[in-house]
Amino acid sequence: MDKNEDLLVVENLTKHFKTSFGVVRAIDEINFTVKPGETFGLVGESGSGKSTTGYVVMGIYTPTSGRILFKGKDLSMHAKKRPKSLKKNLAIVFQDPASSLNPTKTIKDVVGQPLRIQGLAKSPEEYDKRVSELLDAVELPPEDFKNRRPRDLGGGERQAVAIARAIATNPALIVLDEPTSALDVSIQAKIMKVLMKLQRELNLSYLFITHDLSLMRNVSSRVAIMYLAQIVESAPTADFFRNPVHPYTKMLLSSIPVLTDEEEKLKPKEMTSRGEVPSAINPPPGCRFHPRCPFAEETCRSKQPTFVTVEPEHQVACHLVAK
Amino acid sequence: MEPFLEVKGLFVGFKTYMGKLKVLNGVDFRARQGEKVGIVGESGCGKTTTMKAILGILASNAIIDEGEIRFRGHELLGISKKGLNEIRRRNLTMIFQDPTAALNPVFKIESMLGDVIRYSGNFEREKVTKKLLREKSLDALKEVSLPDPERVLDSYPFQLSGGMRQRVCIAMSLATAKDLLIADEPTTNLDVTIQDQVLRLMKNLVDKKNLSIILISHALGTIRNTVDTVYVMYAGNMIEFSETRRLFSSPLHPYTEGLLKSVPKLTGAGFSEGIEGRIPDYITPPPGCRFNPRCKYAMEICRKESPRLLKVGADNHEVACWLYNKR
Repeated sequence: MDKNEDLLVVENLTKHFKTSFGVVRAIDEINFTVKPGETFGLVGESGSGKSTTGYVVMGIYTPTSGRILFKGKDLSMHAKKRPKSLKKNLAIVFQDPASSLNPTKTIKDVVGQPLRIQGLAKSPEEYDKRVSELLDAVELPPEDFKNRRPRDLGGGERQAVAIARAIATNPALIVLDEPTSALDVSIQAKIMKVLMKLQRELNLSYLFITHDLSLMRNVSSRVAIMYLAQIVESAPTADFFRNPVHPYTKMLLSSIPVLTDEEEKLKPKEMTSRGEVPSAINPPPGCRFHPRCPFAEETCRSKQPTFVTVEPEHQVACHLVAK
Repeated sequence: MEPFLEVKGLFVGFKTYMGKLKVLNGVDFRARQGEKVGIVGESGCGKTTTMKAILGILASNAIIDEGEIRFRGHELLGISKKGLNEIRRRNLTMIFQDPTAALNPVFKIESMLGDVIRYSGNFEREKVTKKLLREKSLDALKEVSLPDPERVLDSYPFQLSGGMRQRVCIAMSLATAKDLLIADEPTTNLDVTIQDQVLRLMKNLVDKKNLSIILISHALGTIRNTVDTVYVMYAGNMIEFSETRRLFSSPLHPYTEGLLKSVPKLTGAGFSEGIEGRIPDYITPPPGCRFNPRCKYAMEICRKESPRLLKVGADNHEVACWLYNKR
């Protein structure tokens, strides 16, 4: 595949945090790409490094090592040195809309802030018009919402405002960091519809971060599973759910509580969940999943697995598959 | 069998400076001995308020307007503090959503678990020794399959992971439980693989000790995998009751139907429309059925009169909706 085709290329990306307890390895040498107009899903449990990945891509954290290429331009400089002109191509929607919107500002100013910072509105009239368009795009009637404040809105409406703010600068890529996990399920469905509609209309790419595999199944074209700072399996979504390979992936799938018997059939039977995620300060040697893996062998305890291709675009980091 | 817990027509409100929040709007609820009952509903629908009313731990601004709560023949509303304490000590126990907030951060697990056992009434005062308490605490921790229970006993809560803390809370509840365990979103704060372990553990222990459990959750999948019968709650009312499998295969209430459709499926069928609007404001709730402003089938009567939870068709399926309870 031609590299120029990819919108976002992440190469050997690593982010470590120094703390008084030791170095936390939040991400360790991960690689992935996001293509134009697609939704790339990053799935993992808490502490797996999926949000950190999103933040490094956004320039909230500076990467420890590795490269981030956006449309071929390198973004891996110090986070504070990232030029404003590049910043407008990327946007983020955070998990909790109650804390990601400034409570003292009106919705108009919340949504309009990126326009002001990037100098995208020439006059007050244009500013006003653009904000109305943005609110319309996320299905909030502008006249009802413009002059209200975040506290007057429900959770779903607040998240819609956060989405309107994210698309304000016409970005090519939006990082969605668990955009619906703070919302009720009936509201989640509405927000997802809005996100899917915007993606079609504006040809957006999403880096979709979530812990919810059922949600992922319905939105992303490709997925990567993270465990303890590393990607352990990546594949096109359909292949992934048809043929999950990594033992951790199977454990994850078998743990999901589902609603129907058809879904029950998709869950791997041979695995049940056991053990807990070890500390990211002192990850286990070899394959990081080996202490919880029922199939672990001698090599798993000493040697780190490398990626093996099991079918086109479907890669797994597991010694047992490599054999 | 006679239900051993029965809530009838419970109305609970909260006084606030903006006015009175009329939260529980005539809740009817029953649980039988040895039964696993689920209550499912979205945030703010009154699930936790109902349980707190049963345990008598509502906030100080709560007002119980009307209703009955009967437990093993005792009326719990208006019972003396001492009588309530006795029932709570011997019969009722609760697991809370957030194990970090449920455990006192300045005490070691040993002293918290020890207190529960010391005051459980299972041992005579003078016979309680440190050695006995430690022994019983160890047993309690082993029961919840905590690895290295000795170390856990000597730890403070912050030294344990979320899953371990919740296991400790379960151990504390089950160390004395004889009758009824109320679990309020016990796995919501846990990762999915840990959630699976904790739920399996809880289910096994409840079966082993022949306890009844009321499981409160907003996660439909969790409810489906754990309980025998389910109540669906919306805006302070129980709106549907059924045997679990039946509810998931043939829901009756428009809200239940919308809720089930909103959950993304592993099979990848895409998204439904969700449910328009949001939960009503409790200061001026809509008259009639509280779901009527969001309901696509709403009729004249829905805006005037509140429907009651009534049996429909086949055995044990009840729904509070005018579409079924025609007059």
